[in-house]
Amino acid sequence: MKYGFSSLAAAISIGILLVAINMLPSSAEAEYGDVVLNEYSEDAGMRPVVFPHWFHRIRFRCKVCHGDLGFAFKAGGNNIDMLKIIDGQYCGACHNGDVAWSIENCELCHSGMPDTPTQVHHSTVQQLVKKAREDEAETATEESE
Amino acid sequence: MSLGVKNTIVLTALLAVTTLVAMHVAMAQDDPNAFNRLMTPSSERNAPPESDGIHDPTADGTLMLQPPREAFAGLPKSRSGNYIDWSRAIEDELLVPRYDIHNPDANPIVLDLNIVREVKGSMPDVVYPHKLHTQWLDCANCHPAIFIPMKGANQISMASILLGEKCGVCHGKVAFPVSECRRCHSRPKVVDKD
Repeated sequence: MKYGFSSLAAAISIGILLVAINMLPSSAEAEYGDVVLNEYSEDAGMRPVVFPHWFHRIRFRCKVCHGDLGFAFKAGGNNIDMLKIIDGQYCGACHNGDVAWSIENCELCHSGMPDTPTQVHHSTVQQLVKKAREDEAETATEESE
Repeated sequence: MSLGVKNTIVLTALLAVTTLVAMHVAMAQDDPNAFNRLMTPSSERNAPPESDGIHDPTADGTLMLQPPREAFAGLPKSRSGNYIDWSRAIEDELLVPRYDIHNPDANPIVLDLNIVREVKGSMPDVVYPHKLHTQWLDCANCHPAIFIPMKGANQISMASILLGEKCGVCHGKVAFPVSECRRCHSRPKVVDKD
């Protein structure tokens, strides 16, 4: 009982702090270079894929995927589906239970926030060009109304 | 004083302090003159997957992923991108990424050749180091599709880079962003005194 009250107080305090931290403005702060792939995922009832560039470049040089495995320098540029991966192409060259964990760990890749379109997160194109095009489209819709 | 009363005092004091802290945190975001109000505070950089905004925190897989901060501990810092100086990390062999899927001993074919591009306007000229790039990439990644391997054959502008072409195929997406002007524009122009 001696520690009962103190730990209760601590728990409540931590609770209040967590609520306060959650009140801070939150925007997507994922890693620079994280790629979201949603060409086929959500249409097939899975969450979008998040590919962490930072995690992979710690283990492999760019040449391995972009040279040897044929990955284009473009998000969504390879039309990758699970058939190709099971066939050992693209992600499947490593994610086969040999070099890296195998494809039965669906949610390790398919862990993206629903409704996130294909993109290179935080990229200049994403921040400037896509936004400019969206603004343009918005203005055009407003004018036509 | 009985134990119960003591504990009640401790409890009340703790609650008071945390409520004050919580109010302070809540008020800080409403401060119109907050310092660097549009910038990501350093405490929010390299957020763990469950709170990074693009991973679904309700997916079981999200919680199994490695938080970037854990991987980045001990790596040299930079001011942008992942806030990691990746080139220095491999130069200092703090990271030794594989050059071949299966063979951990395969070494990159490094070309030590700087290309100087004299630029229009007042910006310093660009020094392009093949060395840093060939530590990560193969010649065929850039030549000839992105850059024709011939002097004077490539028209490069900041506009095309911002649109994701030429250097912008990587810089601004995964390699350091275009806001780091001086990392490319690094050789001051020779001023003609006459």
